[in-house]
Amino acid sequence: MSKLLSAALAGLLFGLGLLLSGMSNPAKVLGFLDVTGQWDPSLMLVMGGAIAIGFFAFRRAERQSHSLLGEPMQLPDKSKLTPRLAVGSVLFGIGWGVAGICPGPGLVLVGMGQTGGVYFVVAMLLGMWCARPLIKWLS
Amino acid sequence: MNIAWASFTPAAALVGGLLIGVAASWLVLFNGRIAGISGMLGGLLDRAGDWSWRLAFVLGLLLAPLLWSRLIGPLPPMQLGAPIPRLLLAGVLVGVGTRLASGCTSGHGVCGLSRLSPRSLLATLTFMASAMLTVLVMRHWLNGG
Repeated sequence: MSKLLSAALAGLLFGLGLLLSGMSNPAKVLGFLDVTGQWDPSLMLVMGGAIAIGFFAFRRAERQSHSLLGEPMQLPDKSKLTPRLAVGSVLFGIGWGVAGICPGPGLVLVGMGQTGGVYFVVAMLLGMWCARPLIKWLS
Repeated sequence: MNIAWASFTPAAALVGGLLIGVAASWLVLFNGRIAGISGMLGGLLDRAGDWSWRLAFVLGLLLAPLLWSRLIGPLPPMQLGAPIPRLLLAGVLVGVGTRLASGCTSGHGVCGLSRLSPRSLLATLTFMASAMLTVLVMRHWLNGG
């Protein structure tokens, strides 16, 4: 199986998971983030379920130099906690809280033909583009 | 704390989460790559060397709703109430923030936490707290959202 087909299958499966879990429903995400209101804890289980599987896969992956398709294993090697990581996470969190959409579900909303999803994703790509000089300057 | 039991969907959330975990595991075991959506989009914008697998994964994500409606039936409920200016603001913040943080809910929240990475733990705690505070301010202090 080619690496492209494999990546596309993983993306499909990821998208089906987002749809089933409720992560691609911004109202549900906002209900999860609204801890002081009527809190919907469902999405805790999404992350919990994903990590319960991922934990074993990544433990195995850490010990391999190559993937099952013979690709080099490329795992992050950074370990420093930097201001850039913290500031970026704060900004991302504000954006996530403003509309209830993070990058994966944004793409799924586009796939659903939601105009709102298109506005979000175009603005997100613009933001990513604008971050490039900032990141270059910081490093 | 008031729990909204009426909207609590533990089974769908858990099975959906397991599927996401299988997808992330698949990508790392077969392709040797982290399933981080913001990182993939950033890599595509940078036109970084190995871009084709990123595009393939993103296409898979985009096609998931089509596959769902063909195989399973009507798409699950979805409410997106934010007006356009708010969607644009949210998008820009998510774009800049995830690139600065080198990851989002998938890269840090799922893959990084699975790897027990301290960076991802800091990132996840920070963006969760920041998002919850944002909803608190918007919904309960400004009466919007």
